[in-house]
Amino acid sequence: MKRYTIDPITRLEGHGKIEIFVDDNYQVKRAYLQVPEFRGFEKFCVGRPVEEMPRITCRICGVCPPAHHTASTKAADAVYKVEIPPLAKKLRELAYSAYYFSDHTLHIYALGGPDFVLGPKAPKAQRNILGVIQKVGLEVGKEVIKNRGYGQRILTIFGGKGVHPIYGVPGGISKGLTKEERDEIIAMSDSMLEFAKFTQKLIEDVVLKNKEYMDIILAEENTMPTYYVGLVDENNYVNFYDGKVRVVDQEGKEFAKFTPPEYLNHIAERTEQWSYLKFPYLKNVGWKGFSAGKDSGIYRVAPLARLNVADGMATPLAQAEYEKMYDTLGGKPAHQTFAYHWARAIEQLYAAELLHKLIREDDITGDEIRVVPTETPSEGVGIVEACRGTLIHHYKTDENGIITDVNLIVATVQNNAAMCMSLTDMARYIMDGKKRDFDEGDLNMIEMAFRAYDPCMACGTHSLPGEMPLEVNIRSWDTGDILKSITRGLD
Amino acid sequence: MVRRAGKEASRLPKKKIGFYWASACGGCEVAVLDIDENILKVAELADIFMWPVAMDYKFSDLEAMKDGEFDAVFFNGAIRNDEEEHLANLFRKKSKVLVAFGACSCFGGIPSLANLYSIGDLLNRAYLEAPSNDNPDKILPQPKFSVEEGEITIPTMYNRVKTLNQVVDVDYYIPGCPPTPEQITDAVLTLLTKAPPEKGHFFAGEKTLCDTCEREKSDKSITEFKRLHLTPPEEIDNTKCLLEQGIICLGPITRSGCDNRCINANMPCRGCFGPAPYVSDMGAKFISALGSIEAADDEETAKKMAEQFYDPAGTLYRFTLSLSLLRGNIKTEERTE
Repeated sequence: MKRYTIDPITRLEGHGKIEIFVDDNYQVKRAYLQVPEFRGFEKFCVGRPVEEMPRITCRICGVCPPAHHTASTKAADAVYKVEIPPLAKKLRELAYSAYYFSDHTLHIYALGGPDFVLGPKAPKAQRNILGVIQKVGLEVGKEVIKNRGYGQRILTIFGGKGVHPIYGVPGGISKGLTKEERDEIIAMSDSMLEFAKFTQKLIEDVVLKNKEYMDIILAEENTMPTYYVGLVDENNYVNFYDGKVRVVDQEGKEFAKFTPPEYLNHIAERTEQWSYLKFPYLKNVGWKGFSAGKDSGIYRVAPLARLNVADGMATPLAQAEYEKMYDTLGGKPAHQTFAYHWARAIEQLYAAELLHKLIREDDITGDEIRVVPTETPSEGVGIVEACRGTLIHHYKTDENGIITDVNLIVATVQNNAAMCMSLTDMARYIMDGKKRDFDEGDLNMIEMAFRAYDPCMACGTHSLPGEMPLEVNIRSWDTGDILKSITRGLD
Repeated sequence: MVRRAGKEASRLPKKKIGFYWASACGGCEVAVLDIDENILKVAELADIFMWPVAMDYKFSDLEAMKDGEFDAVFFNGAIRNDEEEHLANLFRKKSKVLVAFGACSCFGGIPSLANLYSIGDLLNRAYLEAPSNDNPDKILPQPKFSVEEGEITIPTMYNRVKTLNQVVDVDYYIPGCPPTPEQITDAVLTLLTKAPPEKGHFFAGEKTLCDTCEREKSDKSITEFKRLHLTPPEEIDNTKCLLEQGIICLGPITRSGCDNRCINANMPCRGCFGPAPYVSDMGAKFISALGSIEAADDEETAKKMAEQFYDPAGTLYRFTLSLSLLRGNIKTEERTE
């Protein structure tokens, strides 16, 4: 038995370790993804005033703080049953678009992108953002840094800082835009939109025209038919900030659609003795182990899932790219795990278009940004789409608005089961019947399987960390038939 | 300053620096990216050898390094398990200079709020009490797990979240949640190109936040505490001191250097830069500072104000519970009932 250890896993947010076991016949036996971190937000938030929650829970994740900040602020609105002014909603959405643009740009160019721009087996010292800049040239590199920085700059205008914003308060936001700030954002939004168009072109040139990459993307091993979950607006278009949660099945048919307070009717989390991380699944399908397909309640979230659950994008350029993606991948829903990267780029374009539109609206510098809640606080659920998937904050308070209960279902955790399966799939794809040892480049390719999901282990470990379980199918060298299926902890 | 540092670079041998995260959110890592183009200048001056969010070096690469091979390591995150403590020791050994980077590493940060509860409380909440749980057999995860192929382990969690300097010797501090881009650029370029500051130096201001706040202050007494979201916007004057208007703000006791970023966004300070110089315990200092500005001379007003101050522990020690005299760790039994 051989053991390959990847420690720490890199180019993701948070901590993790992978152990891969390969037997003496070069069969991939099992892989374990372990997360050695733990913080406990659900407990230590008890006793805090609800209006402080947006400033505390953003510290669950420093890569997606606006997501936790916004979900938390919406949950606090709901606790007070307060309807926020339309301008406050528009400004929150504007800031949220800036966050999406910035976060997706970070992943495309610094976390996931180096594997494609430099190649999965490029030397370790080069497989990073600095290597990307060297490869694409300083001029383009500076555009990457500048435009990502614009997203952070817009968040700073609203919330004082790019990381851990503070503008959300129950009933609205703390600060509106001055005309000077609007003009600054207008200028940035032009650049961001052009940069998002450039990103689509880059995906086309670097990935779509590269046969080796397309083989990886389209490989049957890397295709997984699951349920998908994401927020949609009243037209069933992708929406990051608000709307209903829509669930589609493996054929793309609507399986469920629910409002935030109904989430407990649809999602449950399984605990296993052998893992610290919980496993969310669709309650009305049931937990059937680590398998895809109609009978398994395992679902996926994040960019590809959001596009799969929606009927389209609300902006024209993103809609055109959306159609192109599904044409290329053979229809909707797309089950190819590596298509997550493509969907992420399309969302970056949508975020840039939305920002470009919202900042130009006439009332954007208005004063009606906050109302004072009048109802007695009690209980509320706030849901947004974080970059990494559907994010649920659920609070209960006493009559003074002091937190008594917190439940968080974060984006990355919902992809846990799928990520486990994808890692195994990728290890199998790389081994591909060859009797050899994994080299450093192979191990990086295995890491690419989790990078597609852009996981955030800091989010995942808001409660507790641990090892993720895996199911491994041992297949015949010749026919590819499953000879033996190993699942951990499941009957 | 930045441009000059870049020119000096060509005359200096290339240095080696690292970034690492322990119990943290990753925001400090993103804050490093937020120095924007200055990261290219840093890369000219030094090879960045360990930086898990952005680079593919593994622990085996770290272990293979010579002692003192790093010129500086910027370590963010608090220490809450044995793996993190081991890595803190390893980085200490491999680096000439170890810098506590960010509020968690310097003071415990938000994760240290967990010190208000025991590990058992945290486990029970996560696995037994959360309403979305499907756990009829009341299973709790076990720290060690034997699989068919061998044993796999995860770190042992400590009952208390610690600061970096509670486990290893620390040379410098960069406070903030997260530190500002200017602060980071200054700290990194100073350590790479200039004479080292005195040990224990904070790369931040040397005043209180109040001293640098541009809001108008008077000697107005406060006779009540208000909650911002329950106060109509027209009743808050955003050119004036928030604390004097009854909004609890930690400006009087917090170290300066953050560019007043929360206050400028119309929100009160929560102390992420940690205690100001000469302040050792933020809670004790705030209460005494209040004594000098409030007009709660009569017992009734003082009682009313105490009732209006919800959650003093979670507010005054928001980012510094590990550092505080209290250190948290209030027992569950004492809290319930």
